[in-house]
Amino acid sequence: MSASPSYEQALLALAAERDELVVLTAENRAHIRGVPQALGPRFLDVGICEQTMVGAAAGLAVRGRTPVVHALATFLTLRAFEFIRTDVGIPGLPVKLVGFVPGLLSEANGPTHQALDDVAVMRAIPGMQVFCPADLEELVTALPAILASPAPAYVRYTAAPAAVTHVEPFAIGKAELLAREDGVAILTYGTLLGEADKARVRLAARGVPVRLVNLRSLEPVDEEAIVDAVRCSELVVTIEDHFHRGGLHTILAETCLAHGLAPRVVGIDLGASFFKPALLPDVLAHEGLTAARIADRILDALCKREAHA
Amino acid sequence: MSAVPAVLVPGDERELEALALRVREHCLRLATAGGCFIGASLSCADLLVYLYSRVLRVSPARLGDPGRDYLLLSKGHDVPALYATLAELGFFPAERLRQHLKTSDSVYWHPNRALPGVEFHSGSLGHLLAVGIGIALDIRLRGGTNRVFVVLGDGELDEGSIWEALLVAAAQRLDNLVAVVDRNGLQANCATEELLPLEPLPAKLEAFGWSCRTVDGHSFPDLLEAFASLPAAPGRPTAVVARTVRGKGVPSLEGRADRWFANFSAAEVAALVAELRGGASAGLAGPGLVVR
Repeated sequence: MSASPSYEQALLALAAERDELVVLTAENRAHIRGVPQALGPRFLDVGICEQTMVGAAAGLAVRGRTPVVHALATFLTLRAFEFIRTDVGIPGLPVKLVGFVPGLLSEANGPTHQALDDVAVMRAIPGMQVFCPADLEELVTALPAILASPAPAYVRYTAAPAAVTHVEPFAIGKAELLAREDGVAILTYGTLLGEADKARVRLAARGVPVRLVNLRSLEPVDEEAIVDAVRCSELVVTIEDHFHRGGLHTILAETCLAHGLAPRVVGIDLGASFFKPALLPDVLAHEGLTAARIADRILDALCKREAHA
Repeated sequence: MSAVPAVLVPGDERELEALALRVREHCLRLATAGGCFIGASLSCADLLVYLYSRVLRVSPARLGDPGRDYLLLSKGHDVPALYATLAELGFFPAERLRQHLKTSDSVYWHPNRALPGVEFHSGSLGHLLAVGIGIALDIRLRGGTNRVFVVLGDGELDEGSIWEALLVAAAQRLDNLVAVVDRNGLQANCATEELLPLEPLPAKLEAFGWSCRTVDGHSFPDLLEAFASLPAAPGRPTAVVARTVRGKGVPSLEGRADRWFANFSAAEVAALVAELRGGASAGLAGPGLVVR
């Protein structure tokens, strides 16, 4: 496995090629420390003003810029929501919103920092693209396409080491099929992909064949990959670090309704609760999101199904 | 752009007054068959007329020119005055005003870019100072000398995002950015000073790092002085607090909290237009306020 460049390196490489890229932050610089010096006046730190940052990004975009905007995912998507929806969403400007510490990655910060509804609120904006890379490699691979798209976009930031060996190049609206056996279909994205893949291995050891789909792009979503997975599986499992409502589980439900499908579904997510603040491995254990617990929950669902049959 | 004259010659002032009168008449004619936000439209009419005809380096021929000046109408609901000014100055045919509120066009209660000359949509208060910052930043990045004017309502200053943006503009030393406050003293239902007092407003704006000028927003000589030399101080954004009267030009509507949004009958509009042109009071009997 070759080491990925950092997000910052990838961003600066693209900025060197494309003069229209400008980088903004609301004083969240942890992952873009070298950008101010490298980009000079094409970097803007507005201070802790998420609304003004997003409004200013819209103004830069009407002048032909592609602003890449950074803040913690909760404050970006919620504090500035109406600015995103109104100033970026209504005119469909190419503002790229990068949310730091989304989902479980806020670790011990507590519920104020837990972006567990960001996918729901961002995909509610017409025309907004939503990307949830599983690891740094996927983020960096996706970045050129995300920044080249004329659409507004929200990206869940991650610097995690590779969760799996990726087998497919990134394309907007395309899922990555990591395992293609018919039996149980696991649909997932982001931080939990690694646990989902390890759960797949455990299930295989118990004789349960698994199709593993890494969605990557939730808006637009790979409807064909979802429909194929549903048609080829007796059980469909969504795994995500998001509330039950509004994320992948909801996308699956919408897709099934549109295609007249009614699969048996288990949603493994945060339900309707904020998670216990702690370091990531402890959060996974506490919330039942480790590979072992995921595998057990899927086996339980299968047994129940068999008991009912 | 024609150079701003040092003084306003009488003929020049008469020309501006005649244009403002036509703009106000358009506004009154939009205040029927569904109505419009008439109070603020009349209070900002002189401001928009002066800015578009004497200050802004923009014209119908220059709409795609990145070197043009920008005007953003942040409070938005005063858009009849903007529609009317743009139509009078040839940005789009005045016939489009007859499409007000019709699905066959996009002439509705808040600004949108379907109308040539409208630079950004608004309607949600407290947004366009931030958008103006982005435009001003890009102009500076490209080495341009054009300016960005953002017209704010005084009621709109209730929004925290305005004060955030004031701080950011000052921190970025955006001296190509001008905020114009239509200080008509009234917001939707009551006086600004009764609800959320803003005074001393010029001192607040200065304290936030802006240079502030206070003028009579209905006096063209005053407006000439306010905008003749920009920025007011190098390295600082400029604020112009324009003291205005809601409903200005039509005594029956002037200064009344209940003439914010109005939907008049055709006969009332005719009477108000006559009053605007110096006739007797329209003598409106019914309650003015239409709840929106």
